[in-house]
Amino acid sequence: MIALLVRDLTLAIRAGGGFGLGLAFFLIVVVLVPFGVGPEGEILSAIAPGILWVGALLSCLLSLDRIFALDFEDGSLDLLATAPIPLEAVVAMKAVAHWLTTGLPLTLAAPVLGLLMNLDPAGYSWLVASLALGTPALSMIGAFGAALTVGLKRGGLLLSLLVLPLYVPTLIFGAETVGRGADGMATATPMLMLAGITLATLALLPFAAAAAIRINLR
Amino acid sequence: MELAVSDLACARGGVPVLEGVNFTLAGGEALLLRGPNGIGKTTLLRTLAGLQPALAGSVSVPPEAMAYAAHADGLKATLSVAENLRFWARIFGTSGIDAALEGFNLVELADRQAHNLSAGQKRRLGLARLLVTGRPIWVLDEPTVSLDLASVALFGDAVRRHLDGGGAALIATHIDLGFTARELDVTAFRAAPRRLDAFDEAFA
Amino acid sequence: MSLWEYANPQKFTRTASALLPYVGGLAALCLAVGLGWGFFLTPEAANFGSTVKIIYIHVPAALMAINAWLMMLVASLIWLVRRHHVSALAARAAAPIGLTMTLIALVTGAIWGEPMWGTYWAWDPRLTSFLILFLFYLGYIALWEAIENPDAAADLTSVLCLVGSVFAVLSRYAVNFWNQGLHQGASLSLDKEENVADVYYQPLLLCIAGFVLLFVALVLLRTRTEIRARRLKALIARERMG
Repeated sequence: MIALLVRDLTLAIRAGGGFGLGLAFFLIVVVLVPFGVGPEGEILSAIAPGILWVGALLSCLLSLDRIFALDFEDGSLDLLATAPIPLEAVVAMKAVAHWLTTGLPLTLAAPVLGLLMNLDPAGYSWLVASLALGTPALSMIGAFGAALTVGLKRGGLLLSLLVLPLYVPTLIFGAETVGRGADGMATATPMLMLAGITLATLALLPFAAAAAIRINLR
Repeated sequence: MELAVSDLACARGGVPVLEGVNFTLAGGEALLLRGPNGIGKTTLLRTLAGLQPALAGSVSVPPEAMAYAAHADGLKATLSVAENLRFWARIFGTSGIDAALEGFNLVELADRQAHNLSAGQKRRLGLARLLVTGRPIWVLDEPTVSLDLASVALFGDAVRRHLDGGGAALIATHIDLGFTARELDVTAFRAAPRRLDAFDEAFA
Repeated sequence: MSLWEYANPQKFTRTASALLPYVGGLAALCLAVGLGWGFFLTPEAANFGSTVKIIYIHVPAALMAINAWLMMLVASLIWLVRRHHVSALAARAAAPIGLTMTLIALVTGAIWGEPMWGTYWAWDPRLTSFLILFLFYLGYIALWEAIENPDAAADLTSVLCLVGSVFAVLSRYAVNFWNQGLHQGASLSLDKEENVADVYYQPLLLCIAGFVLLFVALVLLRTRTEIRARRLKALIARERMG
């Protein structure tokens, strides 16, 4: 299992793209917003939590279709399905690799972008905490969507359509955490909900995703 | 260690292609599947490998005994030959890729990235993967595609060594592999063309 | 005599064809009486004016939008457990109907919302939930359309329906948490006293019955169509095989 994680990370690093593209996209979204809504600091700090979370979510979405598609095309997925590792573990490891190459860098870069968005100083720690807690759920839900569409020729757009409604609860609780944190209110409830979503998706979705892959392979 | 297939039926795209397939394969034995293109050899092998469910019949095989190799080699272009092999060795929980590298004459290419290999070299690497799985029953789909004569001989040697070591091999192929083995023409098991799957049958 | 006998496509088609005129006729009757009664024979509410009468479409459509998804969930489970193809096709048949009901609920809600709240759209929890439900329907239908192999499509959409149901409930709570809105509480409930007044209540029940019957009729009709389409495909495949 660790071997699979190491391989996926090596591939992501060697192919470039993996780390850089998602981060660049995140930056673009956050840079474009002030051009759209104007430079007033007050407006920007009001919408900062939402924009930062939506930006992170969209960047996450960008690389989802590659989670299984490449392995499907070159036959690795067939071989992994006949390997001694359970397919559920393969799915979980792929989601972890996706998180390490997109969610984690996004989380680490978010404070810098928070600066651009004039985020209230009280919000920074909550921004990082909520992204660290919520982006694993985004990767896992995304892996499920990718598993559903892995056999399709043009699955990219469909994948977005399937995954976006599933992202709603994570987005709401994530942005709510940052918003409340920035306003100095209690953040325990949304944080706990976010943690609950992440843990539940990590525990249950690998089974659904593995089932979807088995169906797509036959 | 034996692969026993009894009365197996399998389908491609919801349409039955083979039915009533019966054979056994014991350790030290090789079985060559013959038959024209499109008859369902690939479908049969995928069913045996557990990648798709059988329509009927049963496959009895010891758990985790089968190593499957299809048309696609499952190679990663940006990994080197040795890295590709080492990955599969770790997935299958075995160690040592040297024998596999030597067996398919890949030692000199070990540090080369897979996208710099020729089609035949890639195929050799894909077949070398079988050696690192450490599994006794090889299920191979057209293993000699894009191999030159020398490489086919190399592959034949590898299969023979595998059989001598008590392994078994089930190979769908059109060419002569340079060793004698039982042959099974799957044309005999062709599913009657009028029969579609049970659901559609209920409609007609 | 078991219920599962109707999982046989032929038997289902025959039964559906026999039932359709009655269910359809009853639905038309209920809707005609209910809507006529509701629109013309109820007094105008003092504080709402005549706009309140849109509830005779809005409320039943909203109910059916949710119940259609529940029906799809049950049908998907039956397909996954018992592998009855008719069940999978019924789930497929119900999706566009559910989508339309959701759209009707959203549009009538917007039309009603303008005079009531002064806006066509507000990010109120109920409205937002329906918008999310709309997206779920779209995704589900798109997945059915995208996959060629009918059995694989049935399997994958069933898995999506299961997972989607959990997330739909989760979204509902998340959205409630996110914004306590301006939408009034449920118009109907069994344990509450403050339901809509009786004069409005009786025609509303009739309209709901009409929408339920209409939904059943449409599902029967569309499932029959799906079965025939599937049979056509099977016959074409057979033809090709000679």
